[in-house]
Amino acid sequence: MSQQNAVEVIDVSKNFGVFQALRSVSFDIQENEFFTMLGPSGCGKTTLLRMMAGFETPDTGSLRLQDRDIVDIPPHKRRVNTVFQSYALFPHMSLEQNVAFGLENLGWDKARIKARVGEMLERVHMDQFAKRKPAQLSGGQRQRVALARALAPEPQVLLLDEPLSALDLKLRQAMRDELRSLQRDTGITFVFVTHDQEEALDMSDRIAVLGSGEVQQIGTPSQIYEEPVNRFVADFVGETNFFDVDVLEANDNKAKVRTPFGQVIEIPAPVDVSRGKATLSIRPEKLNLGDQVQGIDFTAEVRHKHYLGGYTHYVLDAGGTEIRASRRNASREGDTISVGSQVHVGFVQNSARVLAS
Amino acid sequence: MSDTAHTAHASAGASPARRRPLNLAYLGLLPSWLIMGFALLLPILIVAAVSVSTRGAYGGFEWGFDLTGYSQILFNEGWEGEMEFTPQYLIIILRTIVLAALTTLLCLVLAVPVSYFIAQQSSSRKALLVYLVTLPFWMSLILRVYAWMIILGKDGPLPRFLEVFGAPSGLSLMYNDGATLAAMVYTYIPLMVLPVFASIEKLDGTLIEAAHDLYGNRWVTLRRVILPLTAPGIISGAILVFVPALGAVLEPILMGGGKQMMMGSLIQLQFGGGRNWPFGSAIAVMLLVFVMIVLIILALRAARKEAAA
Repeated sequence: MSQQNAVEVIDVSKNFGVFQALRSVSFDIQENEFFTMLGPSGCGKTTLLRMMAGFETPDTGSLRLQDRDIVDIPPHKRRVNTVFQSYALFPHMSLEQNVAFGLENLGWDKARIKARVGEMLERVHMDQFAKRKPAQLSGGQRQRVALARALAPEPQVLLLDEPLSALDLKLRQAMRDELRSLQRDTGITFVFVTHDQEEALDMSDRIAVLGSGEVQQIGTPSQIYEEPVNRFVADFVGETNFFDVDVLEANDNKAKVRTPFGQVIEIPAPVDVSRGKATLSIRPEKLNLGDQVQGIDFTAEVRHKHYLGGYTHYVLDAGGTEIRASRRNASREGDTISVGSQVHVGFVQNSARVLAS
Repeated sequence: MSDTAHTAHASAGASPARRRPLNLAYLGLLPSWLIMGFALLLPILIVAAVSVSTRGAYGGFEWGFDLTGYSQILFNEGWEGEMEFTPQYLIIILRTIVLAALTTLLCLVLAVPVSYFIAQQSSSRKALLVYLVTLPFWMSLILRVYAWMIILGKDGPLPRFLEVFGAPSGLSLMYNDGATLAAMVYTYIPLMVLPVFASIEKLDGTLIEAAHDLYGNRWVTLRRVILPLTAPGIISGAILVFVPALGAVLEPILMGGGKQMMMGSLIQLQFGGGRNWPFGSAIAVMLLVFVMIVLIILALRAARKEAAA
């Protein structure tokens, strides 16, 4: 392997009382990567991040930071910095004092600290507020200072614990771009924790989807979205429709299945799918409605319609199974389907996916 | 309420009706004003008045205006009416201030780790530990000081324990400044623990994590994050310990054996055996003024900090 790993998580388990937070989790995070740990609350993502920072220790297994075991190294000796969810800026210090804190502890000389603090505050557009206290800032501004403070000591890895969750929608969008460009410019490995799948898909080089203390899937955003390996990932990332299907034949990432609507089709499937009962997953936007239908075809009744401007979402009833479909309103006349009517629904074979039940 | 006031106003047709309920509301404060007046202000005024009175021939005092009580703090009147500088009372005052300051410092050094420990416990254990800290208050101070006399006294548990490490037998640790200090720290430490605990508990734990994350070791974290952010609790704890420690009477007499006079026992003596009420009152007023000055300085500093934040 040519590229060095920034972080290696090796067979890590952690229990809190009877609650199993992590069950033998292993993965690598590469150098200069924007890596996201995505999952619902309680999936263990924050516990893993706190282990990398040094605030938790694994019950079993080990963690390596640039080929060095760090389990027994206290937080203040790890070249890792954290952007906390609540920002955790020191309220009694000015912004420049906050940013300088880590550099002073590293023993940098005064002139170098001053230059670095100025540079970092400028980088996050907060240089004109250097003398202010955190209480005088808005949430977005505090976020920027927290970033500057964590990046100033040039950590080997930057840990971000749901840093955008406290911001309003507009600001969150802007901060995504900001974070992404900061990561590219600095070349520092970012490990980002979130429960927001859109954030994860938007910013990450790779995503680890965590569920019930285990890694469910690791891959690029499009792999996670288009090729989920199990029901959990397909369900948690984006919206999807599930149908029960019978697998007649399975081999080589393909499975021949009989749909509830009678057709026998061959569609993509991960390796763990075998003959018998399985689940077919198809995303709402991959269903075609009305006269656009191509590929697999069945009819359904329109139950509800949600007009959202750019898109219209439909809730359909196909022989007792609820289906969600969405259609882009490409032209003004596009929306001719009315509630209560029967429509043709269809999808092309390779846009669906068979998953083990 | 504003509705009924409005209709009453309309029917009466007089404008002052609007203010009347407010005036009545002030009457509700009367009990507190009475308590403040009779229990706090009046005694202070009496002491101040006595301090500028003339000493009675057989104890007590006679009304008048005489500053002898104050001049006696520093000067002694000789046989021929000449004023001689006498440092003996000044020494007592300074010794008292040093003892109170040492008590405050020791209480602080002990209270910070204790409070930190309590703050990290689960909420049910927190409640129990805070209750245990306040437990000594349920017992009479005299009993508690006598307990210390037994612990430190001849054949007491502590000297016996020290004998194991080669201390001479029959050792007594009683009747010295150290014994006084030990009892003082013991007496006043709950007054330090409670406010310090309250401010440490309010402290956001992620700030401590952030300090460690930014390469701060324990000492740096304590000095630059924990102490500055818990300063309000530490200051109120210091006031709560320092002020009563200045006036402590029981501990210096019982534990110190009365060998070393303190301000509290000096004042007491003037109203008893010394039969010099104006002098006793003058020392009391001086003590009061000293404490007020300290408190005003601290309050001004706190206000300035608040304004800066």
